[in-house]
Order: sequence, then C-alpha cells, then structure tokens
Amino acid sequence: MDSVLEVNGTTMDFGGLRALHAVDLQVRQGEIAALIGPNGAGKTTFFNCVTGIYEPTEGDIFISPPGGKRRRINGVKINRTAELGMARTFQNIRLFPNMTVLENVMIGRHCRAKAGVLGAILRGGGTRREEQEIVDYSYEILVKIGLADQVDELAKNLPYGAQRRLEIARAMATEPFLLLLDEPAAGMNPRETEALEELIVRIRDEEKISILMIEHDMKIVMSISDRIFVLDYGEKIAEGTPAEIRENPVVIKAYLGEDVNA
Amino acid sequence: MKALPEFKKSLIISLWFMLLTFPIMVIRVNTIEKVVEWRWRNMAFIGIGSFLLSFVWRYLLGRKEKGRKLAEAGSVEARPFSRRLLDEPRIYRPALAAVTLFVVAFPFLFSSYQTNIMTTALMYVMLGLGLNIVVGLAGLLDLGYVAFYAVGAYSYALLNYHFGLGFWAILPVGALLGVLFGILLGFPVLRLRGDYLAIVTLGFGEIIRLILENWNEFSFGPSGIANIPRPGLFGIQMSLNEATIYLYFLMIALCLFTIFVVNRLQDSRIGRAWIALREDEVACQAMGIDKTKTKLTAFALGATWAGMVGVIFAAKTTFINPASFTFLESAMILSIVVLGGMGSIIGVILGAFILILTPEYLRAFSNYRMLLFGMTMVLMMVFRPQGIVTNVRRIYKFRARGRDGESSQA
Repeated sequence: MDSVLEVNGTTMDFGGLRALHAVDLQVRQGEIAALIGPNGAGKTTFFNCVTGIYEPTEGDIFISPPGGKRRRINGVKINRTAELGMARTFQNIRLFPNMTVLENVMIGRHCRAKAGVLGAILRGGGTRREEQEIVDYSYEILVKIGLADQVDELAKNLPYGAQRRLEIARAMATEPFLLLLDEPAAGMNPRETEALEELIVRIRDEEKISILMIEHDMKIVMSISDRIFVLDYGEKIAEGTPAEIRENPVVIKAYLGEDVNA
Repeated sequence: MKALPEFKKSLIISLWFMLLTFPIMVIRVNTIEKVVEWRWRNMAFIGIGSFLLSFVWRYLLGRKEKGRKLAEAGSVEARPFSRRLLDEPRIYRPALAAVTLFVVAFPFLFSSYQTNIMTTALMYVMLGLGLNIVVGLAGLLDLGYVAFYAVGAYSYALLNYHFGLGFWAILPVGALLGVLFGILLGFPVLRLRGDYLAIVTLGFGEIIRLILENWNEFSFGPSGIANIPRPGLFGIQMSLNEATIYLYFLMIALCLFTIFVVNRLQDSRIGRAWIALREDEVACQAMGIDKTKTKLTAFALGATWAGMVGVIFAAKTTFINPASFTFLESAMILSIVVLGGMGSIIGVILGAFILILTPEYLRAFSNYRMLLFGMTMVLMMVFRPQGIVTNVRRIYKFRARGRDGESSQA
C-alpha cells in the first residue's frame, strides 16, 4: 500500500527542549492510524510540524496525495498544507464562534474557490455559481456529519459534541486526502464517542480519506485504528496493530510505569 | 426578594459619595469675609442623586443579566427587533420611500448650513464603513485610520497645486493611494494582533501627521494648503449654495456606492475570510486561508474609502492642514463603528449620524460635549457592547432542502 504521509526522522527543538526526537511515521492510503502517548509526549507538536504550524528542526516530511506527486513539505505554511490536502482539527476546539454552522464549513471551501475582490464586488455569473456551489457542498457535508438541522445556529451555541463534529465537517470541506484529528473524542460522553467512531470509519470508507488521529480514549483507538504509533518523551517507542500494541511491554511501561517486581 | 439588599447597597454608595464630595461640595471658604460656608443642601442633592443613579444602574444591570440568562436558555427570539422590522416588506418599503424622499428633498428644504452638516455626516458614514472592514469584519484594531484620510486629502491638494489636476481625476488616485498606504501599513503589522496592532497603527497615524506638519517643502507644514477647488461638473460655474448642494448629492451617491460595495464584499468569499480571521486566526489558516493576503486586502480595502473621503474633504473645505488629521479623528471614526455595531452596515450609518449630528444640533450643551460623549460610550459598553445594531449572520438558501418552499425559516 502507498503511504500518503511519510515522516522520516523528524526532530523538533524549542530552544533547549527537544519536543520530538527522530520520529518516523507513515500513514497509508485508506487507513486509520492513531498516535497515542502520555500527556506531553509531543503528539500535538507532531501535528503542528506536519501541518506547517512549526517547521521541524530536522527530518523530512513527504506527502503523496493519491493521484498526485510526492513532495517534501518541510516549512510549507499551514494554509498551503491545507490547500495541498491535509486538514486538521484542534485539541481545544477552534471554531469560528460567531459564524453559523454552515458558514464555518463554508470557510473550509475557501481554498477550493477563487473569487477575488473584483469578483465579489461585481458578482458576475461565475462568482454567483461558485458561491452557490460552496453553499451546496457545505450543506452536503453537514448532512453527512449529521448537523443538517443546525445549519443556521451560531457555532458557539452548539453542544460540545456537535462542536467537535463541526470541526471535522469544516476540515472535510477542504477536500483533504488526509485528515488529522487531534483528540476528537475528548470530552464526549460514551454515546457521542460511539457515534464519532462510526463517523470516522464512514469518512474513511465513503470519502476515501486517510486518517491520523491523536486520541486518549483507548476504546476508540483499539477498535477502529489499523495501526497505532506510540510516542513517549518525544520519541516513538512502538508501532503496530492494536493487538501488538496492547501486548507491547514498552508501551505498558510508558503508560503504567515500571513493574516493581520485574 | 432582592429589593432590600439592593436598597442597602445604593444607600451605602450614596453615603460614600456624600463623604467623598464633602470637601469640594459642602465646605467653601469665603476669603473676603473670612468665614467658612457650609452648604449642606449640596450634600443632600448629591446623596439623593447618587442614590437614585445607583439604584437605576443596578436595576438595569439586573435586567441585562436576566436577559442574558433567558437568551442562554434559548427562550428569547434570537432575531433582534431591527432585523424583524427589516424583514417585513410592509414596513421597510414605505420607510425606504420616505427616507429617499427626505434625502432628495433635504438640501431644498433646509439651509445650506444644514446641508453642509449633513454632507459632513455622510463623509463620516463612508469613513465608518471603511474602518468597519478593518475593525468590524477583519477584527484588526486600527487606531491610525485617519492617516489614510490625510493621504487622500493631501493627494488632492498637492496634485492640484503642482499639476492642476481636477477633483474627478484625483478621486480614483486618492482611492489608489489609500490602497497603497493600506498595504504599506499592512506589511509591518502582519504578525501583530490586538493591543500591539493598535499601538503600531496609532504610531502610523501620528507619523503621517507629523510628516505633514514638519516637512515644509512637501506639505507646506502647519500653514496648510488653501484655495483647493471644489468639485466641478463639466465646467459649470456654481454659486456657493449650488456647490454645497452638488457636494451633498455627490456624497449621497458615493455613500450608496460604498454601501453597495461593502455589502457585497461582506457577503463574499473574502468577507467570510475576514470574519474567520477575526474569530480565530490559527483555525482560519488551517482551513487554507492565506493570512497575509486576507489581512492586506482588509487594510487596503478599508483604506480606499478613507482616501476617497480625504479627497472630498479637501474639496469641501478648500483648505487643509495637518490639524484636521489628529488622533481624535481616528478615535471618532472608531467610536462610530463601535457605537453603531461592529460589522453592521446599518449600525455604522446610524452611529455616524448620531455622533456627528447630535453635537451640531445640541450646541446648547457644547460645554458638556465630551462628558456626554464619554458617558454614552461607557453606558453602551456596559449595556450593549455589541453596538446599536447587532450584526446578524446571513441565512443561506440552497437547493438540497425545501427552504425556498413551505418550510421557509421563521
């Protein structure tokens, strides 16, 4: 299987602090990969490196969109990585609170549209058609995500679980080939988590979007991921299928600490 | 029963005020007769006054709190009153007709003095709408907006002085120079946000003013430039009165043009990007929006209007000097935007009329002008921080659902 994301030996230093140390990771086309690790292990830093919020100190990050060319994206700015087809959500929800649900998703369409200042002022046929396409496309995504009833609600008025789903919807609007989810299940109740699980699998199967997610909820990680990467103190300590990870003594040690009797 | 503790608190406040103001309001030393006068009556007035004020204040705060709670519970109609009025064609059509009629008839009904004031107000409407793009939509607090206004005014004055170019030739030049200076200011402040941005833009405004004031060879310094021609109309000679009326209608047309353009921009891909930038910069970039481009377009398109109004200002007053472009002017335009309602076109128009026309018509209170101004601002920020008119997000139509049919949104 082809990798859509390939990270080779990525290191990230903040002054004297080494947040990531020579991390290798690949996400294959059509898989759900999970990135786990204790708090402060560098998972979100990793996301920030990949999406271009930070430029890694060392190492290479390659993307190969399905049907596209493989390219190195170190230091490519975050809005460009989104354009190239990587969309992300945030650990602490970052919606546009005073915009409606529909508008939030419409912002995701921004990089796929091209109306400029003059187009906006003159509002010719092309611009109008494009606007309508943005609206329709965004609405369709909301239907898929299950927020179609709340399109005109302000984002800040949505319940927590729905806000998390809206973030996913907004990310999907950019038509990504890879979706990076930063703790999508955080703060959800068991029922919402189950719905989310089903949603993520559906996004992979129906939209053919590969997924890399950071998650602390082991139930969801173990049940839907194809492969799991474990980070600890900025280093990758294990990778493998859920079954392998569950048995891996290094991972158990990282999570539970040293066994006194060993 | 919440009345009793409220009563007690107000009582304490009034006692406190009586004590505080005791030395200045009650005691007066009469130096001629060498006696101390005790004006106990003043103390009573202050006591009663502060008691009533504090009571009303608390009552209003309580009501606001209650309203907020109701809104959170979702039991209040989400659409504000003004929006419901605008949605009702039976109300807004006649209202629109009446306003149009009034606007057209205005210069013929009232003196040219009144027309002049109205023209000034319309200029501030345009300035407010321009700043609204930067502050209201893109959320970039710009305290140096007056700089672009000055750029426009001086571009007319200087180009006319040196090259004899006319008003109509300079109007687009002023707009373009506005764009240029908007981008010039935009570049260094791309990384700044909030307070830092405000300080730098404030500095920018002052720099432009100080250059105009001190670079005598270029701008003629504080003495300014006089004898700037009024706008022409195919070379027709106009009396002062006619010129005033002409300028008034010119301003109306330009205002309509501004409203049209700003409205379209607001409702476009770019307008949405501005609002997203205001709401969350990082998320906005993560969605593929180019921050640099979006910020620069906001600065540039905001400054365009100031540049144009600057040209008109120079043509209207026929004399300009740097004293017209102080920070107070920036603050005034910002107040218009904030008072009217950030991001709302109707709000900004209302704000401009209120802030520009009331001082003109309430000349009797001119001594208390700044006091009243400050008080209004404080009251607004406490009770209605979103401004007079709240910006309501648009509801979009799409074919996927029967919105255009029977289930149209209530």
